[in-house]
Amino acid sequence: MSDAVRSGIAAEVTRGKGTILQRYPWLHGYALMTPTLVVMLAMLITPLVAMVVRSFWTQNVFEVDTTLTLRNYLQIFGTGEKTTYWMGIPFPFTNPVYVILLVKSILMSLAVTAFVVLLAYPMAYFMAFRVRRHKILWLILITVPIWTSYLLRVFAWKIMLGFNGIINSGLIKLGLIDKPLEFLLYSPTAVMLTLAHAWVAFAILPIYVSLEKVDRSLLEAATDLGDRPWERFWHITLPLSAPGTIATALMVFIPTVGDYVTPALVGGSGGSMIGNTIQILFGRQNDAPLGSAVSIVMMAMVSAVVCLFLWAVGYRKIRAREAI
Amino acid sequence: MRKKTNLLFLYALAFLVFLYGPVLLLPLFSFNDGLYAIFPLKGFTLKAYQQMAHDPSLVNALKNSLMVATGVSIVSTSFGLLAAMGVTHYKLPGRGPIMSGIMLPMVVPSIILAVALLVILRQVFDIPLTLWTVGAGHVLICVPFSMMVLMARLEGFDKSLEEASADLGESGWMTFWRVTFPLALPGVVSSLLMSFTISLDEYVIAFFLSGLDQTLPIFLYSQLRFPQRLPMTLALGSTILFVSTIIVIVSEIVRRRGVPTTKPSGL
Repeated sequence: MSDAVRSGIAAEVTRGKGTILQRYPWLHGYALMTPTLVVMLAMLITPLVAMVVRSFWTQNVFEVDTTLTLRNYLQIFGTGEKTTYWMGIPFPFTNPVYVILLVKSILMSLAVTAFVVLLAYPMAYFMAFRVRRHKILWLILITVPIWTSYLLRVFAWKIMLGFNGIINSGLIKLGLIDKPLEFLLYSPTAVMLTLAHAWVAFAILPIYVSLEKVDRSLLEAATDLGDRPWERFWHITLPLSAPGTIATALMVFIPTVGDYVTPALVGGSGGSMIGNTIQILFGRQNDAPLGSAVSIVMMAMVSAVVCLFLWAVGYRKIRAREAI
Repeated sequence: MRKKTNLLFLYALAFLVFLYGPVLLLPLFSFNDGLYAIFPLKGFTLKAYQQMAHDPSLVNALKNSLMVATGVSIVSTSFGLLAAMGVTHYKLPGRGPIMSGIMLPMVVPSIILAVALLVILRQVFDIPLTLWTVGAGHVLICVPFSMMVLMARLEGFDKSLEEASADLGESGWMTFWRVTFPLALPGVVSSLLMSFTISLDEYVIAFFLSGLDQTLPIFLYSQLRFPQRLPMTLALGSTILFVSTIIVIVSEIVRRRGVPTTKPSGL
């Protein structure tokens, strides 16, 4: 083979190697991610965009009017002469039911989130700092409830709290009450209790992970320098576990605002949340445009609360400290 | 110090009682010979379980659910594995935003996902609602979980093993089958089991996206309205609990094998 031919082949090979894929290896990465990205684009982004568009349409009994209007949003936020009061808060809307339900759902979720974090933190602390042997057993014990049916856990609470439920019949047996307590089931309290129970297992893991990452030598140093256990917790453990705890709070808060199974099963009319309204709008009332608008307003309000919360806890400062 | 440890330990025990107590009532009352779920228990019976086996709509719902869950677990694990390989093996520009986009279905309330999908399926593309649409919806929520589990697994092992295989002349495909896949296998198994349970248990998306075919959770929900069917509902619930508990335990054990427990990324 002559040298000329050989160098020609070599040049061919180099040119072959110089394909776009070779020059930008990360394109391989994106090629591998294609199926997942297609799923997300087709089933997450497109539907959400379609929902935003739809929220500017209107439903006329059987047909959808596709002219863009703000009518749905006006139906939610339109102000009228009369003011409705809910828990002492004035709502000056013609049709205040949506905003009131939204505010109520957000407040209920906030209460659930606070309750869940307060319950989960000591448990995560116990698992990170106290459990020495059988750690896997503890981890599995708190993982199992996360994945076992949500519906069934709600159902279990329905049985517990019901009119003839275990708590009522038990209290009657004990002679503490002579009539079943009606407020146990079908109330906001029942909804919040059930939601907290359903999400608390979920909250332990991320808090546990952030506690597990805390550098133990820092704690020893604090002890050597004379910090009492409580001071040590307050100055080191709590700040270092803050990012995980904040992430947990968001992971509980965001999905619970839109929960609809729990209020439908244990909430009754008093405990219903915005998710039930959305379900009714898309189902029985057959008003997808208004339902879309309510969904979007809900997501916007949730995002606003999340941003406010992150700002209030100084999340940027926490992140900056983490980066050091 | 000693006293404090005990206090926390007591708290942990009380926590477990709170976590498991209400749920364990379902199996307890499912063996109870009575129409109501109240104490005192009457007598032991398996009537409800026999009744369950002879309910054709239940058997049908079970069949549907198993089909959907099997398909979903395979699809979401394959997609998740590919994506996890892409993310862990390559330095991707724009990785942050893409990852948060993929993880979004984990935090968006499922009713939003369900109605958004319903709108696009029915009113934009006019696709009829079947078990296929339920499966598609479940893939959307399972892929992030599969990807997370598999990323944790793939990040853990030595990249030089793959490089060695490539240097020894294996093609990319053979390297995948003979090196990457066996190493990722525990993650693959646990991802399969996890997406299977998620799909088997999921109610909201299934409710919105199913046509006339019921899945098990939809059937269960519809039974909750009939007080006289409570014993059978309890039996069905207990069976689902039992099966998903076994699956989760197996999946967790497989996933944690070989991952040091002190390593948080092993979660």
